[in-house]
Amino acid sequence: MKILKPLFAIIITLMWMSPLYAEKNSVVIGMQLEPPNLDPTGGAAAAIDEVVYSNVYEGLTRFRADGSVTPGLAKSWTISDDGLVYTFQLQENVKFHNGSDFDASDVKFSIDRARDENSTNAQKGLFKGISSVDVVNSSVIKITLSNPNGGFIRNLAWGDAIILDPDTANSAASEPNGTGPFKFSKWVKGDRVELVKNNDYWGEAISLEKASFKFISDPTAAFAALMAGDVDAFPVYPAPETLAQFEADPNFNVIVGSTEGETILSTNNKSEKLKDVRVRKAIAHAINRQAIVDGAMFGFGTPIGTHFAPHHPDYIDLTSQSNYDPEKSKSLLLEAGVSDGLNLSLKLPPPSYARRGGEIIASQLREVGIETKIENLEWAQWLEQVFKGKDYDLTIVSHTEPMDIGIYGNPSYYFQYDSQEFRNLMDALNLETNDQERSRILKNAQKLIADDYVNGYLFQLAKTGVANSKLVGLWKNSPTQANDLTGVSWSN
Amino acid sequence: MKFPISFILGFLLSLFFLAITVISFFWVPYDVETLNITNRLMEPSFENLLGTDHFGRDIFSMIMIGGQTSLSVALIAVGLGLFFGVPLGLISASWRGSLLDDIIMRGNDLIFAFPSLVIAILITAVFGPSALNAILAIGIFNIPVFARVTRGAAISIWTLAFISSARIAGKGSFRISLEHILPNILNLLIVQGSIQFSLGILAEAGLSYVGLGVQPPTPSWGRMLADSQTMISFAPNLALFPGITIILAVLGLNLLGDGTRDLIDPRLKDKIK
Repeated sequence: MKILKPLFAIIITLMWMSPLYAEKNSVVIGMQLEPPNLDPTGGAAAAIDEVVYSNVYEGLTRFRADGSVTPGLAKSWTISDDGLVYTFQLQENVKFHNGSDFDASDVKFSIDRARDENSTNAQKGLFKGISSVDVVNSSVIKITLSNPNGGFIRNLAWGDAIILDPDTANSAASEPNGTGPFKFSKWVKGDRVELVKNNDYWGEAISLEKASFKFISDPTAAFAALMAGDVDAFPVYPAPETLAQFEADPNFNVIVGSTEGETILSTNNKSEKLKDVRVRKAIAHAINRQAIVDGAMFGFGTPIGTHFAPHHPDYIDLTSQSNYDPEKSKSLLLEAGVSDGLNLSLKLPPPSYARRGGEIIASQLREVGIETKIENLEWAQWLEQVFKGKDYDLTIVSHTEPMDIGIYGNPSYYFQYDSQEFRNLMDALNLETNDQERSRILKNAQKLIADDYVNGYLFQLAKTGVANSKLVGLWKNSPTQANDLTGVSWSN
Repeated sequence: MKFPISFILGFLLSLFFLAITVISFFWVPYDVETLNITNRLMEPSFENLLGTDHFGRDIFSMIMIGGQTSLSVALIAVGLGLFFGVPLGLISASWRGSLLDDIIMRGNDLIFAFPSLVIAILITAVFGPSALNAILAIGIFNIPVFARVTRGAAISIWTLAFISSARIAGKGSFRISLEHILPNILNLLIVQGSIQFSLGILAEAGLSYVGLGVQPPTPSWGRMLADSQTMISFAPNLALFPGITIILAVLGLNLLGDGTRDLIDPRLKDKIK
């Protein structure tokens, strides 16, 4: 009988230790915002793509971690000499998660659906130049453009261009049915989305069996969840001030990369007080970008002088054109005849770059004699008042879509920049296929909006992520809004 | 006369916060509207008594100026409560049991059942966030409190003999309420007022914490807490000092209220001696 006691002890110890031996094959990813739905073709929210892009849904082509575009559901393609006809050879033996086969008719359906007049696609511009989509046979599809478009293959890699199954397209918002390596499992509203491995996946096998996306909006709670191990990674971590602590902790990796997020002091160009370019120029010279990067982002971020990502090869550094020079700013205000003080509204959405950046900018503008009235808004109010209602003078927001300089061509966009010259540049860009010529046009466009001081250009948002140091394969940069888990695994 | 210890402690604490708030109108150690990023997150020292925040602002100066917001919002809110609540209570008491009494008191119940936060959100939706919003939300919440206290105390006075004498002397309800009832319940209102004042400070801090109070850059104790909560793990002084300030201010006013009641309540007088 004496042996019983130590035996129990051994058994209990083994039971307790066994989970340590089991290989970890699931991951919990933290996100600040919950997606409104799970259909990337039916909503603009970045959070949708951050859950489903290349995990659940795939397009003909796809973005890779380094920003390059590689084949997806299209194995290969040829482009006719005039640049108008794209013929895609599709992957074969691909099945949707509900078991139905993927073929060329699904591609035709999805692209026609996206470019349809009544489509709710948030990026219809991607499909604008398409004149027809034709099924050649079940594994070959032909897309004809009305004008050559050098960026077309890249356009098809966007989350908005993923391929849906025609039978389930209408329920994509709540029950996604894609071709990707993960299947949708369940969505606990307000808490998490769960995905499980798709064992019938056509492509390279993944190493994770299960993935959850947990939504934690409060930065303090995000910090606690990471520290407690409730989430394994927070790819876009909302509290840059605590990164130093994670850096010092060997259990965590801090992943600092670039994003496509140009953070700007958006300026209502139609506002009575701000339609004079000299006033906007004065505001630009009153801003000390480095102080904002240090004060609001704790040093994470790259100052920009125009609406373009600094890591892009066509970027030109125009920060010196709007350098910090309060004296110049004051004389510009004098010249514009608003020396008797200027009162502006500054409406700030919830992210800390906006709330903190706003307080810093308010203080900097006060130095040159511009008073601002800060109003902190929730996202819904911000979208209503600022984005839709255009009832504001200044606001701070990060434009996270890749290559989105085209928004300046839309005079009814919320900052209301109305320039025929810019629209001509964009029209020329869309028709141009020569890379050198495209680069020249893009540089001119950057220069033009900097010369017009459309908005105050602050900094490029850094992607500051925190992950368990044993987790490998997460994207460092954000060439598109995504948490691609296909290459993620646990190291020992 | 011997002062109870709670009164002395409460009086000193209240006086301290009143003093730094009044001084802040004329002088603060550092300007809090100019940010000095290079000087951020300094530990407490002789230059910055309580350290600096994430924008390099002096925390002690911010607490001093934050007192202006807290005290003025709470003061005006209590004033609103007194101004509307006391007359309502007096009217109810003088027509006790009537339909009017019922209407007033059930109306009060209705307001009382509404959390002040919900009222604040409602007002924000209409007017946008501001100090006025906080004042109105807290003030409206104070009305039924004073109406109830007034009514309860007034009814007990109405039954006393000298009120009957006044009636026989030909005074109407209005004059009796004003000349006899009100002076006799004043001590109670003062005590209730100081307690409501401390609750007002707490409520203002709460509303500012969730972003419904004064907007930046005007400092406020509640928002200082909200701004610093993500930094609590490496710069605890940012949250600690405004937190302690709120606790001490509320504690001080509560003790002052309790002490005052002890001091002026005739039933307790013998025990104190």
